[in-house]
Amino acid sequence: MEIKLTLNGRAVTASVQADTLLLDFLRSQGCLSVKRGCETANCGLCTVLLDEKPVLSCSVLAARADGHAVHTLEGLQEEAADFAAFIAGQGAEQCGFCNPGFVMNTVALLRENPDPTDDEIRAYLAGNLCRCSGYEGQLRGIRAYLEHKRQG
Amino acid sequence: MEGKTYQSVGQPVRKKDAMALLLGKPAYVDDVTPRDCLVVKVLRSPHAHALIEEIDTTAAMKVPGVAAIFTYRDVPQKRFTMAGQTYPEPSPYDRLILDQRVRFVGDAAAIVAGETEQAVDRALKLIRVRYQVLEAVLDPHEALDSPILVHPEDSWRSLCPVGADNRRNLCASETCSDGDVDQVLAGCPCVVDRVYHTKACNQAMMETFRTYTEMDPYGRLHVVSSTQIVFHVRRILANALDIPKSKIHVEKPRIGGGFGAKQTVVAEVYPALVTWKTGRPAKMIYSREESQIAASPRHEMEVHVRLGATQDGVIRALDVYTLSNTGAYGEHGPTTVGLSGHKSIPLYTGNLEAFRFAYDVVYTNRQSAGAYRGYGATQGIFAVESAVNELADRLGMDPVALREKNMVREGQIMPAYYNEPASACALDKCMERCKELFGWEEKFPVRDMGNGKVRAAGVAMAMQGSGISGVDVGSATIKLSDEGFYNLSIGAADMGTGCDTILAQIAAECLECSVDNIAVFGADSDASPYDSGSYASSTTYVTGKAVEQACAQLKEQICAVAAQMLDCPAGELEFAGDRVRRLDGGGEVALAEIAAKSMCGNPIAVQATSSHTSPVSPPPFMVGMAQVEVDKETGSVEVLDYAAVVDCGTPINPNLARVQTEGGIVQGIGMALFEDVTYNEKGRLLENSFLQYKIPTRLDMGHLKVEFAPSYEPSGPFGAKSIGEIVINTPSPAIAQAVFRATGVWHRELPITPEKVLMGMKDRG
Amino acid sequence: MLTIQNYVRAGSLEEAYALCQKKNNVVLGGMLWLKMQRNRVDTAIDLSGLGLDQIEETDSEYRLGAMVTLRQLELHPGLDRLTQGAMAESVRHIVGVQFRNLATVGGSVFGRFGFSDVLTLLLALEARVVLYRGGEQSLADFAAAPRQRDILTHVIIPKGERRVVYLSQRNTATDFPVLTCALSRREGRTLCAVGARPGRAEPFEDGQGLLAGGITPEGAQAFAREAAGRFRFGSNLRGSAQYRQEICQVLVRRGLLAMEGE
Repeated sequence: MEIKLTLNGRAVTASVQADTLLLDFLRSQGCLSVKRGCETANCGLCTVLLDEKPVLSCSVLAARADGHAVHTLEGLQEEAADFAAFIAGQGAEQCGFCNPGFVMNTVALLRENPDPTDDEIRAYLAGNLCRCSGYEGQLRGIRAYLEHKRQG
Repeated sequence: MEGKTYQSVGQPVRKKDAMALLLGKPAYVDDVTPRDCLVVKVLRSPHAHALIEEIDTTAAMKVPGVAAIFTYRDVPQKRFTMAGQTYPEPSPYDRLILDQRVRFVGDAAAIVAGETEQAVDRALKLIRVRYQVLEAVLDPHEALDSPILVHPEDSWRSLCPVGADNRRNLCASETCSDGDVDQVLAGCPCVVDRVYHTKACNQAMMETFRTYTEMDPYGRLHVVSSTQIVFHVRRILANALDIPKSKIHVEKPRIGGGFGAKQTVVAEVYPALVTWKTGRPAKMIYSREESQIAASPRHEMEVHVRLGATQDGVIRALDVYTLSNTGAYGEHGPTTVGLSGHKSIPLYTGNLEAFRFAYDVVYTNRQSAGAYRGYGATQGIFAVESAVNELADRLGMDPVALREKNMVREGQIMPAYYNEPASACALDKCMERCKELFGWEEKFPVRDMGNGKVRAAGVAMAMQGSGISGVDVGSATIKLSDEGFYNLSIGAADMGTGCDTILAQIAAECLECSVDNIAVFGADSDASPYDSGSYASSTTYVTGKAVEQACAQLKEQICAVAAQMLDCPAGELEFAGDRVRRLDGGGEVALAEIAAKSMCGNPIAVQATSSHTSPVSPPPFMVGMAQVEVDKETGSVEVLDYAAVVDCGTPINPNLARVQTEGGIVQGIGMALFEDVTYNEKGRLLENSFLQYKIPTRLDMGHLKVEFAPSYEPSGPFGAKSIGEIVINTPSPAIAQAVFRATGVWHRELPITPEKVLMGMKDRG
Repeated sequence: MLTIQNYVRAGSLEEAYALCQKKNNVVLGGMLWLKMQRNRVDTAIDLSGLGLDQIEETDSEYRLGAMVTLRQLELHPGLDRLTQGAMAESVRHIVGVQFRNLATVGGSVFGRFGFSDVLTLLLALEARVVLYRGGEQSLADFAAAPRQRDILTHVIIPKGERRVVYLSQRNTATDFPVLTCALSRREGRTLCAVGARPGRAEPFEDGQGLLAGGITPEGAQAFAREAAGRFRFGSNLRGSAQYRQEICQVLVRRGLLAMEGE
């Protein structure tokens, strides 16, 4: 079947199968930041924005994205680089494999709540697993970014 | 030297690949290899132990898009091990790529390669296998000398004298001792005699196992794999395929986490066989389920500790017996077990008069174990540290004071650690600082918070090694390039640890330049200098030293080129970072000019390679303290605070040392409280997904405080020891003690789940 | 692995209903659980084009479209007031924000999953469901009945003053619950629902009037004991029947006392 969607601001028309998952579709479109870490919707590595909301692309049919807007990290490089630099400042990227999903969800968090508390950050990002367990460093990084923003 | 300040070493330098990884740039196996290659999957045994009587692939081969199906009839009949270890491997040669005998639920029964995943999935369903189901040995207690043999085959081979006997289901066994432990124990008024059980936890790195293979234009097998050990992969694949080592080229891109899992050749053999047989590019991506059930988790160990002490808390004797379960195959079986004693007993060298350490490693029809951060030390330290905590309770002593009385001190010879000296040991300082950092005096007394909640604390110490003494080889090649930048080639593997950056910091320090001036490359079995690989906490300590040595050689070469340019003997010159100058002040030449000269009419190589091996493996030391809140009505345990102070020698990059420590602690918390491994009576592993195998989220870890108490290890680069593994070792015993303090019940089996906590209290009454 | 032959975004409920009469056709919710099954689906029926993603408020009730996500429930101010935060509490432990942006109330209720936090709370709120063909019925009846080939279009939560508390026991912060417990109290009448036993949530009422005169520690204890004795518990990886029975008493009692405490 044919789908039409906006991918990172660009109109895309593509042919997919009924059971093609958005995750696989996006990778086939060259959005290689989107990762798969499990088969049970538990890890958050595949997080993308669907109509501005963070979702697990492993659990969305590509067909369901027909007529909608999808953003991956490829399309949000500058917005992400703003705060990602502070995470790099902590060394908290570690192996990096969970980073795109975690960064995408942080984009969503900061759009929804530009000045979150530590507990709000932890709660919002709870669905992003990191086995290097860089959680504390990631938090320090986001905190440093917020502090930096506050001080202009 | 000690106390010296450095330009690059000791600085929190940003990792070279940090922003690329954070911004999701293509970096991992599946990102950087072609999509249009054969998809490879494995048909897995539903039985814990069976013989394949018949396997019919006719229908499966007819599925459009299926390119090849291989069964046990199609593979070389020479046994090998998948363990990534230095040859001759201590792990027995007990594997075939596919065997007629399947030995655990999930063992490989056939390999299918096809144009699409759908075709392969369809074919997998159409392969008809008739199994002769055999009785399985699932319980490690029943394995030794069981009538059921996991490896009855004559072709089973053990290359090293590790006390193995496949006719007894024995993968390794040994006893070693110092002094008469039975006699000393008999003279001790206080003996703690307990058994502690650690399960086969999974590394659960976010990137599952994955490998891409293709034939290169020279007719060699080119392997791109997510591995910690490119050189061992080359040997193991050549053994498995029974082809010359020269026919294989292995490289690794970025690795999405390893923690030891990728020190075993878990996935590589399958696409390698497909490509070697069909000539076509192939890729295998392990599913999360496969990574849980058919990979290389921690060795389940039951550790029996007998600890003898005086009434005033002098620990005089330690007797440790470990029963280790290696599962269906022996990967890392003979080696992990050794650490359960050799890296727990020496912590108490202080007053120890005698020790004995014995072990058996048995085969069972369970998933084969492998290497996981801590590598046996974790299991042994849970046991010995728990026993020491039980002793403290029995004597009514503060467990910190008990440790201060008995811990190993700098300069002591550690008989249980192969008689190596504690040449750099700040364990006492770790304890002292951790007490303050954590607030031990306030937190150790149990506090009732009302509504059934109680707060309590626990403590544990840990050690590990820094590389494998006399075995590990680390190498580095450094060369001067245009405009005076450097290329550093290594065979060690950055799996997220940041070793590419750490080694560049060491090079930058030696060469008096910025870290940005060092371009790092690795690891590639054709292009990198030989390195055993990144495991056994070796890279900073062993490879780091090789970098230091290579840089010293390179500086001499640079001076030799400069000598020609300045027309004087090299001995009259001094390397000064961005230039070389005459000691007498009579002239200098810029590094960029030397670089240019080296590429024009120059016969002197400005490229140096150095290999390093260490006769010792200096242990890092650590103290961890946990505060938990136990809900005595539901059994829930919440970690509130965790403080740790680590002596890793000189932290080369404090940021990276810190995140290693924090990450290891959180993994350790997962192991202590959540990560369970359950087999049903048929031998099927039930925690086969992230739905069931619960690793900690950021809501499950409490607040961490990490500091360093540096020592200076004279044999390490700039005084460094290791840090990668030790950091997982303290949470289990510290948390178990805190739970005891809160509930009055010792938990000697991990994980300590809410149900165990509540039911433990009820049983106690 | 899940395979799907056709995907249809239904243009009307009538079309969706007609399609779902076939055995191998499935109505999609958030697709989170469906995806994990190794089913062969002929036609996946998507209701996302039918405007069922709204939370509507009338004088007497909230009407939740079947495609309303758990995240919408979590953030809705009216539901928050109505349940004194219990609505958010019931969903905030479910995996993560990205998951809750997909999981739907219709999927949760129609699936009648044993582990469902949402089903537990909705039972205690005396919710009703609307089926395209079957009409309106109580959630309790719907949850207890076998699956029908009908389309759940709405879940209705009645308004009105009531005290609500939601509690769950979990082995990790975002794991499936070991036990879920929702309590509501309205005009002296106490209703309790307990799920993840691990069977699906079921309601329990204060038939003996143990709390008729108000919630006292003794009354709460008696009610909790009564409830724990009435439900059937089973064992799975997350906990044994015995453990569940133990903590059922604790959660019910704590929930009741929390009501009184505020």
